[in-house]
Amino acid sequence: MVTIPAFLIVAVVIFGIGAVGVLISRNIIVLFMCVELMLNAANLALIAFSRALNIMDGHAFVFLVLAVAAAEAAVGLAILIAIFRNRETINIDRFDMLKW
Amino acid sequence: MSEYLFLVPILPLAGFLINGLLLGRLPRPVVSFVACVPVGLSFLLSVLLFFGLKGLPPDARVLEQVLFPWISSGFLLVNVGFLLDPLSAVMILVVSGVGFVIHLYSIGYMHHDPCFGRYFAYLNLFMFSMLTLVLADNFLFMFVGWEGVGLCSYLLIGFWFEKKSASDAGKKAFIVNRIGDFGFLIGMFIIFWQVGSLDFRVVMEAAPTMFVAGGALITAACILLFMGAIGKSAQIPLYVWLPDAMEGPTPVSALIHAATMVTAGVYMIARSNVLYLLAPDALLVVAIVGALTAIFAATIGLAQNDIKRVLAYSTVSQLGYMFLACGVAAFGAGIFHLMTHAFFKALLFLAAGSVIHAMSGEQDMRKMGGLRRHVPVTYITMLIAALTIVGIPGLSGFFSKDEILWKAFSSPYGHPVLWALGFVTAGLTAFYMFRLIYLTFHGKGRMDADTRKHLHESPKSMTVPLMVLALLSIVGGWIGMPHLFGVTNYFEQWMAPVMSGAGHDAVSHALAAGGGDTGMEVGLMTATVILVLVAILAARKLYGQTPELSTRLREKTPHLHRLLFNKYYVDEIYGAVIVRPLVNMSIFLWKIVDVLIIDGLINGFATLYNDISQTLRAGQTGRVRSYATVFVAGVVALVAYFLLG
Repeated sequence: MVTIPAFLIVAVVIFGIGAVGVLISRNIIVLFMCVELMLNAANLALIAFSRALNIMDGHAFVFLVLAVAAAEAAVGLAILIAIFRNRETINIDRFDMLKW
Repeated sequence: MSEYLFLVPILPLAGFLINGLLLGRLPRPVVSFVACVPVGLSFLLSVLLFFGLKGLPPDARVLEQVLFPWISSGFLLVNVGFLLDPLSAVMILVVSGVGFVIHLYSIGYMHHDPCFGRYFAYLNLFMFSMLTLVLADNFLFMFVGWEGVGLCSYLLIGFWFEKKSASDAGKKAFIVNRIGDFGFLIGMFIIFWQVGSLDFRVVMEAAPTMFVAGGALITAACILLFMGAIGKSAQIPLYVWLPDAMEGPTPVSALIHAATMVTAGVYMIARSNVLYLLAPDALLVVAIVGALTAIFAATIGLAQNDIKRVLAYSTVSQLGYMFLACGVAAFGAGIFHLMTHAFFKALLFLAAGSVIHAMSGEQDMRKMGGLRRHVPVTYITMLIAALTIVGIPGLSGFFSKDEILWKAFSSPYGHPVLWALGFVTAGLTAFYMFRLIYLTFHGKGRMDADTRKHLHESPKSMTVPLMVLALLSIVGGWIGMPHLFGVTNYFEQWMAPVMSGAGHDAVSHALAAGGGDTGMEVGLMTATVILVLVAILAARKLYGQTPELSTRLREKTPHLHRLLFNKYYVDEIYGAVIVRPLVNMSIFLWKIVDVLIIDGLINGFATLYNDISQTLRAGQTGRVRSYATVFVAGVVALVAYFLLG
């Protein structure tokens, strides 16, 4: 039997990888993937708690998150393509015009 | 009848709007037509209204038209309304009549000016303002006209604004008038405070019960109102703007600075005669200021060489006569002199304009001489005007001036000293007027050859107005002959309903009784005439027959001549005592207080915030990753706080 702390440790590790990836990656696609990692780390924690406490709320939440993640990915990729058509780059550090 | 009253001022306003809005798009004949016809119609209407008024019984001679309420706020109710009574009827006749003649004259005089349309637009605006001033039925609406004529005076003095002296003169006139208007406003406030209305008829009816006769309040109100008159009508100590106003075109000098606008102060005092009769001390102030101005300006006029400046000082002096009349409670005599003065002084200015026209713009009398052969019509008409102003028996100036002198002597408010000042002034007037005539028209020509070649009589449009005004100068006084001659004084009779205010029968009786001493009146009249004749002969001797004599006289009294020539240094004194310190204080306020302190403070704060912002904006990189880093750090910090804290 795998205990809750084990699940949580895995979730934290995945979340940490995702967060660090968001902070250091310059590629927008990688950035998106890291965001997905963070969302799914949260999903994993929700499922683990849900199973341990034997209530279904966590499952329902996870489906909601998955749906939102899918929508976010679709919109995000669409924006990404629009930007790429204009700037011919997907380096996030080049998109800094919206300041001041 | 009264429903047409508003048309009198509105017609010239229409002329102003048409000429003003279509500036530079109308050909000259159309501009002249649009400008002159409304003024002519105003005059015709004034004549009709005059006869309409004359048809009414003397006590009912008041026509009123209220167009609409202008200000209605609490107790303050001010109408846009017009009041026609014997006093304003005389005024609109003089203003629109003389104004029309001068409009016609201007067509010829301004013929060569590139800004023909602008000139006539201003002139029409002036007519509108002046007619509003004399027809207004309350103090505040009158003040609108009062300020309107001031504005037009400013615009027309500075008409040739590319000349610095002209634009300076315009500003001087405007600013000096503001000083007087300040007093006028305060006087108006006192009246409203005490009476609760500004309507002339209400104020005049209520004043005897609302004010303590001879009290401080009514005296203050009257003196403050008189301060406005001092500014507008160029009396000591605010007369300095009028001689400078001669920078404007000559017809403007004739219309605004001789015949109409400058007499507004006299009209205002005559209009408020009920108030002044309640304040004998204020009357005394008016009389003294008037008499002193009359003699003071006349002495300056003796030593001026610019033909228009002599006339300007003469105007100041004659206005002094009118105030002297008002000051001895002979308001009717003041208005009578106002009317005759409007005729002969307008004529003098227009004739001077004709001379200047002939002299190709030269105004210095030392460079004229012998002009009577070249400009005969101008010579004859100007001679008539000169004979009128000095008071040769039979001409209009004689009757009006003599009435003032006699009232100054005999009125219960009069005094022999006041009479003596007026008497000496009459002699001085005769001397400087004939000095002008002899220097300009007689003797040898002193102009250069080029000017001499161009000497010519003015066109018909200029000489006909001269003849009309000459006729008026001769006959204008016949309506006001003294009782002495065994005839009815129609003018006094006409003015009587306005002048003998309610409850002042005692005064009017006293004034009438003063006329009883016939022997004295004849004696004084004869003395004046003899003095005038002697003065004319002296001027003839000094400037006509033996010009070297005048040079010798000037050299014998160098200090006196320099003092008079420099106008008693009044401009210089004002400059040193008032203008210079004021300018210095303004410079201090500008450079130190405004620029250094106020601007420094505001700019300092702006710089401070700018510096702070410049520092803080470094945090806003615009990069998603740096925002994400801050965001994650924040989350970590919060989690750490809640878990560990």
